[in-house]
Amino acid sequence: MAISPPEQRIWWNEPIHKVELGWIVIAFLWGLFMFFFMIAWHFIGNQNLSNETYRIQPTAYEEKVEAFAEQYQVGEEDGVPVVRPPAGADVYILARTYEWWPILELKKGQSYRIHLSSADLAHGFSLQPVNINISVQPGYEHVFTLTPTETGEFTIVCNEYCGIGHHTMIGTIRVTE
Amino acid sequence: MTAIDAGAAGSTFKDAIFRTCRYTGLKIDTQAQLLIKVNAVAAVIFLLVGGVMGLMVALTRWPAVHLLPADWFYLFLTGHGINVLLFWILFFEMAILYFTSAVLLNCRLATPKIAWLGFVLMVVGGVMANYAVLRGDSSVMFTSYPPLQASPWFYLSLILFAVGALCAVCVFFGTLVIAKAEKTYKGSIPLVTFGALTAAIIAVFTVVTGAIILIPTFLWSVGLIANIDPLMYKTIWWAFGHASQQINVSVQVAIWYAIAALVLGAKPLSEKVSRTAFLMYILFLQLASAHHLLADPGLSSEWKILNTSYMMYLAVMGSMIHGMTVPGSIEAAQRRNGYTKGAFEWLRKAPWGNPAFAGMFLSLVLFGFIGGISGVVLGTEQLNVLMHNTMYVPGHFHGTVVAGTTLAFMAMTYLVLPLIFQREIIWPKLAKWQPYLFGIGAAGISMFMMGAGTLGVPRRYWDITLTDAATSFEFPAAAYMMMGLNGVFALMAGLGGGLYIVLTVGTIVFGKRLDTAETQPLVFPLHAGGGEVVSTYGSAGTVKLPGTIILVGIFFASFVLYYFVNWKYLSELWLFQ
Repeated sequence: MAISPPEQRIWWNEPIHKVELGWIVIAFLWGLFMFFFMIAWHFIGNQNLSNETYRIQPTAYEEKVEAFAEQYQVGEEDGVPVVRPPAGADVYILARTYEWWPILELKKGQSYRIHLSSADLAHGFSLQPVNINISVQPGYEHVFTLTPTETGEFTIVCNEYCGIGHHTMIGTIRVTE
Repeated sequence: MTAIDAGAAGSTFKDAIFRTCRYTGLKIDTQAQLLIKVNAVAAVIFLLVGGVMGLMVALTRWPAVHLLPADWFYLFLTGHGINVLLFWILFFEMAILYFTSAVLLNCRLATPKIAWLGFVLMVVGGVMANYAVLRGDSSVMFTSYPPLQASPWFYLSLILFAVGALCAVCVFFGTLVIAKAEKTYKGSIPLVTFGALTAAIIAVFTVVTGAIILIPTFLWSVGLIANIDPLMYKTIWWAFGHASQQINVSVQVAIWYAIAALVLGAKPLSEKVSRTAFLMYILFLQLASAHHLLADPGLSSEWKILNTSYMMYLAVMGSMIHGMTVPGSIEAAQRRNGYTKGAFEWLRKAPWGNPAFAGMFLSLVLFGFIGGISGVVLGTEQLNVLMHNTMYVPGHFHGTVVAGTTLAFMAMTYLVLPLIFQREIIWPKLAKWQPYLFGIGAAGISMFMMGAGTLGVPRRYWDITLTDAATSFEFPAAAYMMMGLNGVFALMAGLGGGLYIVLTVGTIVFGKRLDTAETQPLVFPLHAGGGEVVSTYGSAGTVKLPGTIILVGIFFASFVLYYFVNWKYLSELWLFQ
């Protein structure tokens, strides 16, 4: 029994049940497949998180976001600038307790280089209802290329706990034709 | 080593008093027995505290109820995490370590004084952590990611608790050494003890990693260190936080084998396969904590892919092997007992009315289907972006640590109460229902949280209606329904958990004593004369296991299907690279 010592002290010499052997082979091959499929998706898939990251001081990042917002600002809502960058531009998003700043207007089917970092704590970029979820860390500027495939108004919620106002941390991305 | 040990523990040896178990014939050191009792009782108390907090959290997440204000919600959520995920589970694991070493090996416990020191440290740590959280300035969640800062008491309490746990682990190792030196068993250690040994080895790694990250964080919280890099913290913290979950997995699997052996007399199909699967946990499982960082910046895809899978998912394979060998050994035992009709008579005629068996089998099935499959999907580099930090994550780990580990521990309690506490379980009819209530409740919690997560509901979120937010956003109606159902099933699990606590405490206090001569109601298919070699592997090559083949076939088909469904979802997202 499993609660008493094995029959042979050297248990390694025991026979293996046929069913066990079959299952081990299946589990092993499936594991191999899942490993290679992650690699394969980098070649066949269009959803792969970029590895491009730079170290940056949170204050320096804030300045970059402000300069970006000033450059492409087209309006203002409740004191938050509405920014419409051209296709292919570098787009900066700032996470800070408790807001995503500024409001973005993007074009469907166009690619943008999104920069993402935090001014203070760790935050979670969660684009809804699309459901793209990316961690945001202060001191690290994450850069990836994003191509919206649908139009409408999308919301960024925060899904990394950042304090008592965590559930009020909301941002907006609008996508037009 | 033996000489040093004998010198240090010589007096203890003379003092050790044994009793002989009337059911199993095992010699039980009364010090070990007392330590098992106090650790189990402490575990149940922390389960009560953490469980009540968890229920409050679930009722707040139920949009129609929305029980707590925001500050209390985040406070209780932090308290729920540390009380059940750390304190309940680790106290129970300490009891299991003493049981699998001293009791199963007929041995005296090494250095009981250090074991008591460990226990006291753990109690002090547990109480201090609750003090820190209830002060209101440590609502940093279980993960406590900097720059978010808790009070120094919070980090200090975790360090004390971890040191206490390390003491207990050392006592476990010491007991193994003594048992071998004093030849209290023949040949190799039993499989269950082997499983506990893997857990103990992983525990050492876990505690050391915890010290590496929590000590600097403590110094930071008192102002001696200026800055803790958030990504560095997260990387090392998860080597601790995830590894601690692998202790749970190892112990829980050891319990599956133990209950199958104690209740049905099941023998492992092959010791070689089961033990190798445990070894895979040591070698691969706890290192794979990289899957907590799949959505983080600053780490390369190569690093993420390699560390989550080790090129072939060997740790997943370890669990898949146990997932087959445990039901396989049960089928083999039942067929030997005469239940040979069709593919499933062995399962239909299994002792479903015995809460130890029912809890164990539910734990096995729910852990595999809910916790296991979702864990692999969540830990796949690209798929992680679909559900990172959504409600899917707590959904997954309630499938592993609640429906899996906690349910297994509850099932084990129904054997620990008569064998160690020597009390007959009160209200056996209610006890029969307890594992079903808790198991189905926990399964519901997991499934509906996962469902809400796939609809984008974030975890650790006080209000999904976003009424306080500057701009409005509506989560889909289905998400509201799922969070409501999560609350309903949390009530059910709470009922099951409450019943467990009442039954356990009631049995300890009021249960009929089993150590007097006239009572002997327990029947176990156990061997007499513990420590003797009794297992013959009747199964290898002789018993056919059609039922188990069908069960693992269903499991594998669900796994593959669910895996590809998620790739389909992923392919429909916006493009990013």
